[in-house]
Amino acid sequence: MAFWIASSPHNHSQAETSALMRLVIYAVLPGILAQWYFFGWGNIIHIVLAITTAIVCEFVVLSLRSKNNKKNISKQLFDGSAILTAILLGICLPAIAPWWITVAGAAFAILVVKQLYGGLGNNPFNPAMAAYVMLLISFPIQMTLWQPPLALMTIDLSFSNTVATIFTGFTSEGYSVEQLRTSIDGFTMATPLDTLKTNLGLGLIVSETITNNIFTNNLSSGLGFAFGWEWVNIAFLSGGLVLIVKKAIAWQTPFSFLISLFICSFIAYSISPDTSASTLFHWLTGGCMLGAFFILTDPVTGATSTKGRLVIGALAGLLVYLIRTFGGYPDGVAFAVLLCNMAAPLIDQYTRPRTYGHDIDKKSSPISDSKTGKQGASK
Amino acid sequence: MDSIIERINQHKFWQFHGGIHPPEQKALTSAKPIKQLPLPKQLILPLQQHIGRQGDLIVNVGDKVLKGQALTSSSNPMSVPVHAPTSGIISAIKKSVIAHPSGLSELCIFIDVDFEDTWRAREICHDFTKLSQQQIIKKIADAGISGMGGAGFPTHIKVNVKPDINFLIINAAECEPYITADDLLMREQSAAIIDGIKILDQLLNPAFILIGIEDNKPQAIKALQQATTEFEKISVCVLPTKYPTGGEKQLIKALTGKEVKSGALPIHSGIVVQNVATCFAISDAVIHDIPLIKRVVTLTGQALSKPQNVWALLGTPVRYLLEQTGFVTEVDPANSSDFTSPPVSSPPVIMGGPLMGFSILNESVPIVKTSNCILAPSKEEMPSAFNNNSNEVECIRCGQCSDVCPSQLLPQELQWSAKAKDHQQLTKLNLFDCIDCGACAYVCPSQIPLVQYYRVAKAEIRQQQQLDLKAEKAKARFEARKLRLEKEKIAREEKHKKAAAARKATMNKKSADGGTASSAIAAALARVKAKKNEAELQVASNDDSKTEQEPQDDKSQAKAAIARAKAKRLAKKNEAELPVASNDDSKVEQEPQDDKSQVKAAIARAKAKRLAKKNEAELPVANNDDSKVEQEPQDDKSQVRAANAKAKAKRQDKSQANELVVTSNEEKASDKSETSPDKDDKKAKIAAAVAKAKAKANAKHEQAKPAQEAEANDEQTATKSNEVLDKKARVAAAVAKAKAKAQAKKEQEKQLTSTNEEST
Repeated sequence: MAFWIASSPHNHSQAETSALMRLVIYAVLPGILAQWYFFGWGNIIHIVLAITTAIVCEFVVLSLRSKNNKKNISKQLFDGSAILTAILLGICLPAIAPWWITVAGAAFAILVVKQLYGGLGNNPFNPAMAAYVMLLISFPIQMTLWQPPLALMTIDLSFSNTVATIFTGFTSEGYSVEQLRTSIDGFTMATPLDTLKTNLGLGLIVSETITNNIFTNNLSSGLGFAFGWEWVNIAFLSGGLVLIVKKAIAWQTPFSFLISLFICSFIAYSISPDTSASTLFHWLTGGCMLGAFFILTDPVTGATSTKGRLVIGALAGLLVYLIRTFGGYPDGVAFAVLLCNMAAPLIDQYTRPRTYGHDIDKKSSPISDSKTGKQGASK
Repeated sequence: MDSIIERINQHKFWQFHGGIHPPEQKALTSAKPIKQLPLPKQLILPLQQHIGRQGDLIVNVGDKVLKGQALTSSSNPMSVPVHAPTSGIISAIKKSVIAHPSGLSELCIFIDVDFEDTWRAREICHDFTKLSQQQIIKKIADAGISGMGGAGFPTHIKVNVKPDINFLIINAAECEPYITADDLLMREQSAAIIDGIKILDQLLNPAFILIGIEDNKPQAIKALQQATTEFEKISVCVLPTKYPTGGEKQLIKALTGKEVKSGALPIHSGIVVQNVATCFAISDAVIHDIPLIKRVVTLTGQALSKPQNVWALLGTPVRYLLEQTGFVTEVDPANSSDFTSPPVSSPPVIMGGPLMGFSILNESVPIVKTSNCILAPSKEEMPSAFNNNSNEVECIRCGQCSDVCPSQLLPQELQWSAKAKDHQQLTKLNLFDCIDCGACAYVCPSQIPLVQYYRVAKAEIRQQQQLDLKAEKAKARFEARKLRLEKEKIAREEKHKKAAAARKATMNKKSADGGTASSAIAAALARVKAKKNEAELQVASNDDSKTEQEPQDDKSQAKAAIARAKAKRLAKKNEAELPVASNDDSKVEQEPQDDKSQVKAAIARAKAKRLAKKNEAELPVANNDDSKVEQEPQDDKSQVRAANAKAKAKRQDKSQANELVVTSNEEKASDKSETSPDKDDKKAKIAAAVAKAKAKANAKHEQAKPAQEAEANDEQTATKSNEVLDKKARVAAAVAKAKAKAQAKKEQEKQLTSTNEEST
């Protein structure tokens, strides 16, 4: 009797990449719900559009690539990576941006950023962020079609109205996008970050700016500085914490990113509170939490070592702050992520852990903290 | 050091990096005692069961052996003997599949068991403390004990060390899932194990003895603690359950906080690690004089209906053990009908644990000294062991592998380099610090068989190193040979020089008696030269040679030779440009001429003809006159030469050559050729027309020049020939002829132009 021959280990944790991706997708849902609650159906429609485009593009490329192995296509197609990319892109887009923005962005993310570099695991840049940056640079008008939160809108933006706006540019009642963007006080809407930046540029101080309706409103749910946005960010934060508990993402990157952003903004705020936004404002506006827990933690484009993750996170936090404060764009998460992606291989190169039995003499003491299990990392 | 002891006493231990917590599955077997099995019919004993070398065979086929009788002897320190596990007759000594991942066949002794189980004579030692160290080591070596935990390092080498041992660590961690062999052994034989530890203590005299055991074996811990109560030196260290705590380096780190330097052995840090089963074997060997002939094997897995630990004799085929524990063969109907997969009717059977064990080739593989577990999993509990089509997908750099790696390697980077066969980078990433524990592959969400990649890469690098070593040796050999040949050559040259010098000396000696030998040789050389020259000599120098032949000294000969050569060269020039003149001479000339000069003459003639030909085409008649003169004195040879020259000419211009062939063959031919221009009037006309233009342009250039040269050369020849009185007149005549000819040519030219004009 001949036995089945296999190489050790014979056992496996039964973990799968697709399961990991699914978990991340579930974790992002609270944030999407919060977006839906405050900003309407726009982002969900964009997410659906992006997923469809991404799947089609992925299928085309996979068919071209694996002509002889059709079996694997469906497995790779639904491994969740393309869907996750599409979801992240859909979240980032302005809710009433035209449909072709999403389609172009998703196609670019999958075809160019992901598959042209070799597909899953081989892309140097985060596809969603690269696509976002591409759209932001190529279509600045469409990419700044930010609407005010639903509660501040003069026009009722129902589901059908949103669909009509995305596909035709007008609601079913005939209101244009520009009219949609006008909030109850008659100002054209921008994101809180944008408004703050503009107002600071106009010579206003922060405390004057946040009297604006989008910062403080008469409604109950605001924390007082970025109506709607702070709840969206808190939702993403909660999803991210679940991921960390589930060990789907490493805690080092978001931790060091948030700490770094906090320190930067805190220094600025303590020096000049009139011209600097508060630390909490930085944490809870824009794509901060989404970036921290769902974008920067993308394993493919990030650093792999523990130390490397800490470095990447800190670098990203610094870059986000610099771009938000001194850069030309109101939010810098996408740019910071791309810059960190570029730096990741180098950071990995210089943050390799000490292998067991190597450079023992360099270690300060054989007895160090046994609980953390980080002797090598903390040398 | 003190702090280490303090922490050990407080039972606060260290942590090694990484590690995993796979399902333990130890409950399958841990509740049942170790079972004694009836004797199998046949035992298969591989000669080599451990690291190192195999012993020398000391039995033959047909021998009757007793239980405990040595079958091999060790002539090398790195080899240990194997013993007959029971009495019986050796039925064969042949190659058979052994317990190794490769499934290779090695030499095995087949024993047909006689079921009498007769022992050889034994001497039981009641007080091992009275034995000397060397006696104990000899007993351990003779008992064939090698490490029973993993690699199987010969134990007597490990215990035969100089003092300064800080820690003796007894590895009782048994971290791999499923395996409970050591657990049960500790529970049932704790006293014997402690005896073994005491023997080791006597040998090594370490400062501390630490028994490292995972906290998932509470009964074993209790048993050990009870057995060691009166023995203060031993401390039972309970470690948290984590795979791979039982790895030698990981256990050292966990117990002492020290790291073993990469590439070094623990002994270099004053640490000796022994497996708990080895301790039992040592006590058996030293006290009861029982060699290593049996061991505890965990037979487990859900494919077995009665999983249990058993005392298995070494050499027991796996088939027998599986029969004893109710191995259920699941025949997958879907699998048997699938032609793409090999016809496998049996699930995998793994020797060792699920993480580091290897699947065995077939059921006749025997139990060896390092086999601690036979695992027959069902498809439900271990689907990945059944799945041949790897579910491997691309690495997404999630880094989980590096989080669990106990050696703190970067498995994901190693994997890329292994796939790219970048051996340099692999070495840089410390591939050889990988302990093959399989933690990375266990957690990998992309299900990449990482360990497999590393094994292949390691094997490749080792092979490459061996090849490099071989190449290095070959290079050294080659260079040594080159050096030797060089030396021999120099020696030979030296020898030849010496011989030549000796010859010279003897010659000089002789010449003292009758004339110098060297001058005689010189004279001979001169004669040969002279003869050669004679052949080449022109008319002018022929007379000289007469005088030359007479004995002269070397110098004058050389001068004469140079003078002759010059004269010859000059003469040849004339020859070339003055074929008629030289042909006149050639009557005289050709008689002494050898082949060389003939060829030269031929070439010269050809050249002359080529020159003449330009005119010939237009002046066939006039040229023929010349050729008549030319050809008259020529013998057959010269005809041939002429023909050759003609052939050349032909190649140069066919239309002209037609005429030339005719003209230069015979007189009658030349008669014909006289008519040929008339016949081929049109041709000639066309040629003439073409040539006319050329001729007009170049006439003065081409034809006046050679004529001038000829005249100048004539003068030179004349002066040369003046030296020779006899020839003077002839040369003068030749000059005159040449002049006449040149004159004639000019006239011919004029004619030519006139005729050409007419023809046009």
